[in-house]
Amino acid sequence: MKHIKLLAVLFISALTITSCSDDDPVVINEEEVITTMTIELTPNGGGDKVTLQSKDADGEGPTAPVVTGGTLAANTTYTGVITLLNELESPAENITEEVAEEADEHQFFYSSNGVSGTFTYAGTNDSNGNPVGINFTVTTGSAGTGAYVVTLRHEPNKSASGVKEGNIANAGGETDIQVSFPITVQ
Amino acid sequence: MKSKRIILIFLLLLSFSKVKSQNCNYTFSGLVEDFHDKSPIVGATVYIKNQNKYTTTNFEGKFSLPKTCAGKIIVEISHVACDPLIFELNITKDVYKIIDLEHHEEELNEVNVKGAIGLKTKTAQETLIKTQTLEKFSDASLGDALKNITGVSSINTGNSIVKPVINGLNGSRVLVSFNNVRLQDQEWGIEHAPNIDVNAAKTISVIKGANALQYGGDAIGGVVIINPIKSTINKDTLYGKSIISQQTNGRLFSATSNLNKSFKSGWFINGQASFKRAGDFEAANYNLTNTGINSKAFTFNAGKKEFEKGFELFYSYLTNEIGILRASHFGNIADLVDAIESPVPLFINNFSYDIDNPKQDVTHHLLKAAYYKRFKGFGKLSLQYDFQSNNRLEFDRRIGDRKNLQAVDLDLTTHNFKADFNLDADPDHVYKFGINGLYQNNFPDPITEVRRLIPDYDKLSFGAYAIANLKFDDMILSGGIRYDLEHINAKKFYLQSRWDNLNYQNDFSSIIIDPNAPGSQLLTNPKFTYNNISTSLGLTYNLNDTNSFIINYGLANRAPNPSELFSDGLHHSAARIEIGDLRMKTETSNRFSATYAYNNNKLNIVVEGFYNHIKDFIYIEPTGDEDTNRGAFPVWTYKQVNAQLFGFDTNIAYQPTDNFLLTNKSSLLKGRDLSGNRPLIDIPPFKTVTSLVFKKENWNNFYASIESEYNAKQNEYPNNNFEAFLPLENRFVLVDISTPPSAYHVLNFSTGFDFNMSKTNFNLNFSIDNVLNKSYRNYLNRLRYFADDLGRNFKIQLKINY
Repeated sequence: MKHIKLLAVLFISALTITSCSDDDPVVINEEEVITTMTIELTPNGGGDKVTLQSKDADGEGPTAPVVTGGTLAANTTYTGVITLLNELESPAENITEEVAEEADEHQFFYSSNGVSGTFTYAGTNDSNGNPVGINFTVTTGSAGTGAYVVTLRHEPNKSASGVKEGNIANAGGETDIQVSFPITVQ
Repeated sequence: MKSKRIILIFLLLLSFSKVKSQNCNYTFSGLVEDFHDKSPIVGATVYIKNQNKYTTTNFEGKFSLPKTCAGKIIVEISHVACDPLIFELNITKDVYKIIDLEHHEEELNEVNVKGAIGLKTKTAQETLIKTQTLEKFSDASLGDALKNITGVSSINTGNSIVKPVINGLNGSRVLVSFNNVRLQDQEWGIEHAPNIDVNAAKTISVIKGANALQYGGDAIGGVVIINPIKSTINKDTLYGKSIISQQTNGRLFSATSNLNKSFKSGWFINGQASFKRAGDFEAANYNLTNTGINSKAFTFNAGKKEFEKGFELFYSYLTNEIGILRASHFGNIADLVDAIESPVPLFINNFSYDIDNPKQDVTHHLLKAAYYKRFKGFGKLSLQYDFQSNNRLEFDRRIGDRKNLQAVDLDLTTHNFKADFNLDADPDHVYKFGINGLYQNNFPDPITEVRRLIPDYDKLSFGAYAIANLKFDDMILSGGIRYDLEHINAKKFYLQSRWDNLNYQNDFSSIIIDPNAPGSQLLTNPKFTYNNISTSLGLTYNLNDTNSFIINYGLANRAPNPSELFSDGLHHSAARIEIGDLRMKTETSNRFSATYAYNNNKLNIVVEGFYNHIKDFIYIEPTGDEDTNRGAFPVWTYKQVNAQLFGFDTNIAYQPTDNFLLTNKSSLLKGRDLSGNRPLIDIPPFKTVTSLVFKKENWNNFYASIESEYNAKQNEYPNNNFEAFLPLENRFVLVDISTPPSAYHVLNFSTGFDFNMSKTNFNLNFSIDNVLNKSYRNYLNRLRYFADDLGRNFKIQLKINY
């Protein structure tokens, strides 16, 4: 009988101690989500700025990102700068800063599909002297229509062949961002 | 008169000469084990009546009587808790004999709290794994050990996360009971293996189908009953065992020890601890970077047991830190396509013991207090309270100051109380009743800063069962019924876009408690109640000594688990979006099975067949992709369909002489989605394992074994391939995530023997797995897209009994 009482006391006390409170759980706003990538392209020697943007209002939710392309002038060099934001937070969190802080573990890659465009890294290199690519230049050639693809890789192998020059083929790592912007060169 | 005398003298002379010629250099040795669960019986007396020689069995249940004389001997085996067994034997050479001893029914229940296993499962498809077999897996996982049973396979994440699959079913459909406590360790996830140290088990029973209703009514796949190491006798004794193992693959080292002290008064205390550490494992041709494991576990058990009453306190702790193949972590579908198309993993480093992210780190505590009292001529009442705490951390490749912050942090706490009454006064008519009540809380810690995959919830459940076991001359009939009530009360945030996408706005608007949570989210309060009935009916018929049949029917109902109901969002460690459904209903299984067993001195055949129809079967499979700024992600959705599974498991053992044993275990399984008229995903392909063992007890129990394992290709699989756009290459590509890998065949070798040094018994084993260093991939390994399975492995294992 003594044992039964002991068991009962154990059970009841355990229940009381761990009984849940009725408080609602804390909301989590993911901080690592990149909802918005904006690329500002400023023509060297004057002219209109072009803004490319991919905005995914629900982050990793089911709604697809809204991608805005742009029209560039032929045979022109543009200076580009990339901004990454998490707009699910208020105020929006600037993720570009995080990428810059961990420059040695990140690298942007650019490529063009079916339209002219030659990309060169600009801006500060990482601590090992390798490119990061938040800043870059793009030079257009003849007129045409196609897409520019911008990829951000986390933990790429920057010493692999061609990676420093912006060739993604041997980079490895994981994709943090990959957007294909429709581009018209005229 | 004279003639009589002559005859007498002649007889005397004859007997004298016979005595003189009698050879007394034979050794009569053997093993005494429990008839029911085949565990060794320690301290049994072995007495040769007509030669007045006796000995007792050791901690392994073994005995040896050297200098036994030739001729007919009369042997009596006795043990405090058993009926004495008397038999005759003709000694013409050294004899080794395995002797099954039947415990008193009462004692069995007392020792094995799991209750009359012999009775209950005599009408189900049950297989027992003995201590000796389990010891071979001292450095592996529970899932690896269970695969010894035909019809049991596993679904893996790499080689260290091994989740048991019984007749094609896993997760919440496989109930794992450890020392009579139902394991509550978030068993729903594919990458969540049972939190059990295989070294804590003395024996393991696997029951196919939901035919052990006192454990639960929802085990549509089956029940795994783990019997821990326990003291079995009321005697002043101290004994223990250690196993040390070292292997080349992964440079793994493992050690396990247990120590048992029991007293004549009935008091007992025992403890067991295990340690395992490995670095990166190797496939046939490359390193599997970041697949190390760091595992620690211990159990402690104390109490007092007498015939009339007794109690027990049990505590078990386990922590597993397991690295997940670095190359299996990818960013988006384009990365996945690269990984699938690459013949070798995209990330290979030199060997290291480091366990880096991604990894999982799981800690499980189990505490149990149990009490029993026997009422004379009536039965036995058992009361039990158990507590479990499971903490699961999953680490991902993250950036910034969140680099070493877990992406998943789940705390699952469970309290359970149960009372069982066993009316066993008449061993031919045994009735069992029981009730249990459970409270469970899941707390996903917001510290992760990642949206919760499994929400906060409270669960209350109540169960009641009644079972009857009736014995007739050559027949055993058993029947049972169980009722379960389950209530789940969750608080969950949904992204507004997901809520709309799943069309919840019409059906579930009433559960929204905060429509304006930050980040376009809704806070909801889903509450569900499920009422389920399960039944089981079985019959064993012994036609004669060599032929027996079992037929069985089971109806089981399983309420959907939290993962199936609530999953929503990106599962970072799997790089896939997983979507549950609040509309999920209870799934219902009707399982019919039949077993035929043939048994003579040399040949032993068991054929098991089953048909399982599952209404509203819940499973997850790829259903396409979703775009984000990171690129496209594969989407895996929980679905509910009507399904059927059927198959055959065979086990054949042929022993032409005392020294050779040839065995074959094969299983064939078919799974079909009847609603969609297509194959089910993740159904194990045909498998056959053949082994040839040579053994010689006289040579220090020497044995050598060669095993051939053949896994066919799964040709029946659902085609879930989908097209995805690769921006870099500006083209669409078919993502092949469905085609199973090719068939494969591996050879394994093992050998070992016993030896003694100053009264301590040692056992040394050496084995080679995958002797030919074959490279292969397994359909049921989630990492098969990224890397081969394990290559060749040399292993040496030393067991010490004291």
